[in-house]
Amino acid sequence: MSSKKDSAPDKAKSGFSRRGFIRGVGIGTSTLSTGLLEREAAAAPSTAKTAGPGPVPITLQINGKPMNLTVEPRVTLIDALRNHLDHTGAKKVCDRATCGACTVIMDGKSVYSCTVLAIDAQGKKIETIEGLATGNNIHPISAAFVNNDAQQCGYCTSGFVMATKDFLDHNPNPTLEEAKHGLCGNLCRCGTYVGMRQAVLEAAKTIKGGKRA
Amino acid sequence: MPDTPNYSWPPMETRKVIGKPYKRVDGPQKASGRAKYSSDYNAKGLLIAAYLTSPHAHARVTKIDTREAEDSAGVKAVHVIAPAGAEIQWEGAEIAAVAATTEEAAQEATRKIKVEYEVLPHVVNEADLSKVGTRAKAAGERLRGDPDKGFQEAEAVSEGTYGIPVVTHCCLEPHGQVIQWQGDQVNVWPSVQYVSGYAGSLAPNLKVPVANIHVRMDYIGGGFGSKFTPDAWGIAGAELSKKAGGAPVKLFLERATEQMIAGNRPSAYAKIKVGGKKDGTITAWQSESWATGGVGGGGMPPIPYVFTEIPNVRLNHSAVSINAGAQRAWRAPNNQQASYLTCSAIEDFAAKIGMDPSEVILKNAGYTPRADTYRYQVQKAVEISEWKKYWHPRGDSGSGTVKRGLGMGINNWGGAGHQSQCRTTINPDGSVVVEIGTQDLGTGTKTIIIQVAAETLGLPFNAVKLVTGTNDLPPDGSSGGSTTVGGVSSSTRKASVNALVKLFDAVAPSLSAPADQLEAVDGRVRVKSNPAKSLTWQEACRKMGTSKISETGTNEQRNPMGLNTSGASGVQIADVSVDTETGIVKMNRFVAVQDCGMIINPRLAESQIFGAIIMGISTALFEKRVLDDQTGRMLNPDMEFYKLAGIDDIGNIMVHLDIRPEMDKRGVIGLGEPPAVGICAAVGNAVANAIGVRVPTMPMTPRHVLNALEERKA
Amino acid sequence: MLSFEYANPATLKEASGMLGANWGETEVLAGGTDLLSMMKEYLETPKRVVNLKSIKELEGIRKTSAGLRIGALVSIDELATHAEVRSGYKAIAEAAAGIPSPQIRHMGTAGGDLCQRPRCWYYRRGFGLLAMKDGKSLVPNGENEYHSIFGDGPAYFVSASSLGPALVALGAKVKLVSARGSRELDVAEFFVSPKSADERETALRPDEILTEILVPSPPTHTATYEVRQKEALDWPLATASVALHMRGATVSSARVVLGHVAPTPWAAPEAEKLLAGKNITPEVAEEAGKAAVADAKPLSQNRYKVQLAKVAVKRALLQAVKGRA
Repeated sequence: MSSKKDSAPDKAKSGFSRRGFIRGVGIGTSTLSTGLLEREAAAAPSTAKTAGPGPVPITLQINGKPMNLTVEPRVTLIDALRNHLDHTGAKKVCDRATCGACTVIMDGKSVYSCTVLAIDAQGKKIETIEGLATGNNIHPISAAFVNNDAQQCGYCTSGFVMATKDFLDHNPNPTLEEAKHGLCGNLCRCGTYVGMRQAVLEAAKTIKGGKRA
Repeated sequence: MPDTPNYSWPPMETRKVIGKPYKRVDGPQKASGRAKYSSDYNAKGLLIAAYLTSPHAHARVTKIDTREAEDSAGVKAVHVIAPAGAEIQWEGAEIAAVAATTEEAAQEATRKIKVEYEVLPHVVNEADLSKVGTRAKAAGERLRGDPDKGFQEAEAVSEGTYGIPVVTHCCLEPHGQVIQWQGDQVNVWPSVQYVSGYAGSLAPNLKVPVANIHVRMDYIGGGFGSKFTPDAWGIAGAELSKKAGGAPVKLFLERATEQMIAGNRPSAYAKIKVGGKKDGTITAWQSESWATGGVGGGGMPPIPYVFTEIPNVRLNHSAVSINAGAQRAWRAPNNQQASYLTCSAIEDFAAKIGMDPSEVILKNAGYTPRADTYRYQVQKAVEISEWKKYWHPRGDSGSGTVKRGLGMGINNWGGAGHQSQCRTTINPDGSVVVEIGTQDLGTGTKTIIIQVAAETLGLPFNAVKLVTGTNDLPPDGSSGGSTTVGGVSSSTRKASVNALVKLFDAVAPSLSAPADQLEAVDGRVRVKSNPAKSLTWQEACRKMGTSKISETGTNEQRNPMGLNTSGASGVQIADVSVDTETGIVKMNRFVAVQDCGMIINPRLAESQIFGAIIMGISTALFEKRVLDDQTGRMLNPDMEFYKLAGIDDIGNIMVHLDIRPEMDKRGVIGLGEPPAVGICAAVGNAVANAIGVRVPTMPMTPRHVLNALEERKA
Repeated sequence: MLSFEYANPATLKEASGMLGANWGETEVLAGGTDLLSMMKEYLETPKRVVNLKSIKELEGIRKTSAGLRIGALVSIDELATHAEVRSGYKAIAEAAAGIPSPQIRHMGTAGGDLCQRPRCWYYRRGFGLLAMKDGKSLVPNGENEYHSIFGDGPAYFVSASSLGPALVALGAKVKLVSARGSRELDVAEFFVSPKSADERETALRPDEILTEILVPSPPTHTATYEVRQKEALDWPLATASVALHMRGATVSSARVVLGHVAPTPWAAPEAEKLLAGKNITPEVAEEAGKAAVADAKPLSQNRYKVQLAKVAVKRALLQAVKGRA
């Protein structure tokens, strides 16, 4: 991170440790009752290439890395990311393909991860906000959001940053009007759109400036 | 040493850190997705919980059977909130909660809880007062002067009906928490606007000592007044955790439930009559208003707003009880409604006498508590918006189908600092830690605390380490009512001055000067009269030996000692274009002139105003909670038909912060609420100015605008 | 969402074999933007979900001798940006462009746009497609500001399809394939207004898959105009798609189809008749708009939509002839 202060709250002297709250992959999957599997499995005769309804092992390509997890087919990509892989940058807000807080990029296109089945995302290149930073340097889009104060509570920010990434990937030289139109799939409640408009334009300039390929 | 050190803010011209546009300190964490909100915490062994809620607006639970849910795959605990006999007063009310090993299993299990209801009659809408029957309770008439005489003597009288519906907070991070109850210890990660007070609210419900409840919140995804207490979900989560043997339980509301029960702003409707002279002087006001904030009814907005000294006033109000989730505080509670009702009525009076409403507001500024400020602000806003060029007599807006209009709204709010304690620690190695049990709702609280401490200690911004967000830190008030910035800046200033005084005591002998003759500037401690006589900050701190200096400072709400104060007002102008064929209102520009006291960080202050205006534009153009009379159900508990403004819906926003020295001298004033107040007023008036007819009910949807245009034709 | 078996067939034949004879047992999944929301609300609770996205046959936009063949999996974004669609099939491109969210445009498919379920909020809150309670529709006396202004019920929802009106105006067909065989149907007949609670809003049968859209070569002057309150993602309040066969500056024949105002895309034959033999002037466009809504039967809260439909027709007509050879 660019500032020492950023990590300050993490080191807070509190009555209990944060460390206990960080966990590995696949919470709950091993303990999920097999009763679910057996009961539902009888429901439909199996044909070629079917999976579930019980938990099935899947592999997701996330930020260039294969990640294995075991989920029921009904688990959405956002829930797989947040509940199973501790990738919590994308947020679950409307959960109905409206607000954009869950935006990730799949095979080069922005999508609402609340409305993609995790099992369906296999074989796709999934980019999440966790993959944007390189080492300690935040991505130029994230930096532009900081520079233009394009965030307040920050809960929509990850989604907007990913939507901006997708937008700039396809429109590297946007006008202000195009930038506004390009982010029409995301919503902010704190009202940070003024800064965001500037952030998109600034990020476009920075990225073009050769700081990123 | 004097008994009381001098805590006053440094003069404007000498400030090095305060008043500078530092970027928000947690910006990189948020913009990189690394910030961990409470809803992001994934504890080891975490269970995820889901709610079963009432589908009825009014009912009694007659039977509840949770056995099948308890046996459901993955379920670890079921907690009944509404047992047989419980009366349900709104749709979405909590019936039971289930914790399971996965989110999907928890949700599925809630559907296996069998509940029988005795359905009771409901009322869910209040816009038409004639249909609410006994649900309206009159509050009793309030009188000032002689309104009958006032209207008799008036040279002109205007009348109008105005309404603003219930809107929901729609925080992006829903309400909820991760909570773990093991033995007599509770760890909780809530999404709350009151970190220091959370345990005190939760403890009696769990019958656990307050000291055993450990609260931690690093980030919060929106609150806006709706997140002050643990709420029913805090208790339900704790009970589930206990039943599940002390496993941590994550219970955050689903969006639909969030929209139904976790926060709404009361409505306000009124029939208003305004009387006055042809020169614009208002002499009489009469209003019959009604409002709802749920079962408890809704109080009267403070009307006439700001123009409190109108001589002849008659007020009648009815509180309407409806079967809907309870109101919560919303960014300047009842002020937005009051400003809308008042400014609309004044605009209509101005139209009646054929006068420019900005002139009418100026004419009546003497009725306000801050006449000079409003006069200055009206003139400033008129100038910035080029009002004289774009404003026109009502409806006189050319022959095209798209009509442009301007409208004005005003605001006023307190914003003095809340009770707050801060601890500033200076270590012998020169490092500085500031600790305070506060929360940053996205306003920039963390950033401005660091600025105040750095300024006070003569250090650069990045030399101060800040710790916030837990309840074992010095206590800070709730972040509501724009009280945080005044509270934390003052307590931080005092704690840091107190620490510095101690440091000067330790350093004085080395500089051969009395401690009260020292100052900390630019990373050095030096003698005021002879700045060359100095030590670097690190050298100075080494004089402390091995023990650290750790001092607290308290902002006493009742005696802020001039560091913070109350009373911020502003004038806002909306510039809209209305397509009279479609009724679609587009924002061209929005101008806000805001008085704000001493600004600690202009970048963040401006963001607060942008945010307030954008939220206000959203409510003015799009937002409305829709409840169905026939079924009692909310029809738009989502973000699809509960519409929020997007990035391309808000036009251009121009902010003018009134930072004249006489304003700066007033001290720090909260800025979250005031600029949120006048937007519906300004937008509604701009639409009336554009199309020549009052659209009586917010929001300014095609339906409302076209209906108003059609009624004029008819 | 209830659990289900997930199937991922690679061919249409395989997929067809997986569908059942009754609604409710199996759902086909393409973009998912509607289906997954329906499943989260428990409005659809299939035992099996058949993913279509691995079926190559359903992809792509292809020019044919007769016009254009649009695969069911073609995304809204592909439609909105496809050069041929943009130049020759403006009514379709403009309809696709009316969906402002890039994410929806990336995910949503042409087939899904036609097959998505209505957004009627009574339906979505569990009162059934016809919004019935105690044998009566909740809509006429309820919150109907977004509901239909045409037809006699019992369905009062509006068709949610963005592409439907444009496809009807262009005389497009859809191809529906099942294990029993395949059939082609005019898009105009694909959409139906259900007369009872066990009917649906399209002619699609439970074992059928909509595989492609066949659009005949259109006339030179087509357009779609959408009245939408928000610039950001929002449902239109009314739309109009027009297709004009011109002889010089004179309309020889016209198709005018309204959207989001009835349970199906709603053709306006009176407006079409009025336009024949006329030049498109603002006055003629206005008259056509009036004719298009002459039969409107607005509900208690949606009289304003009559005006919007009228304006949509007018503006679509003017847009169709503006600056276009």
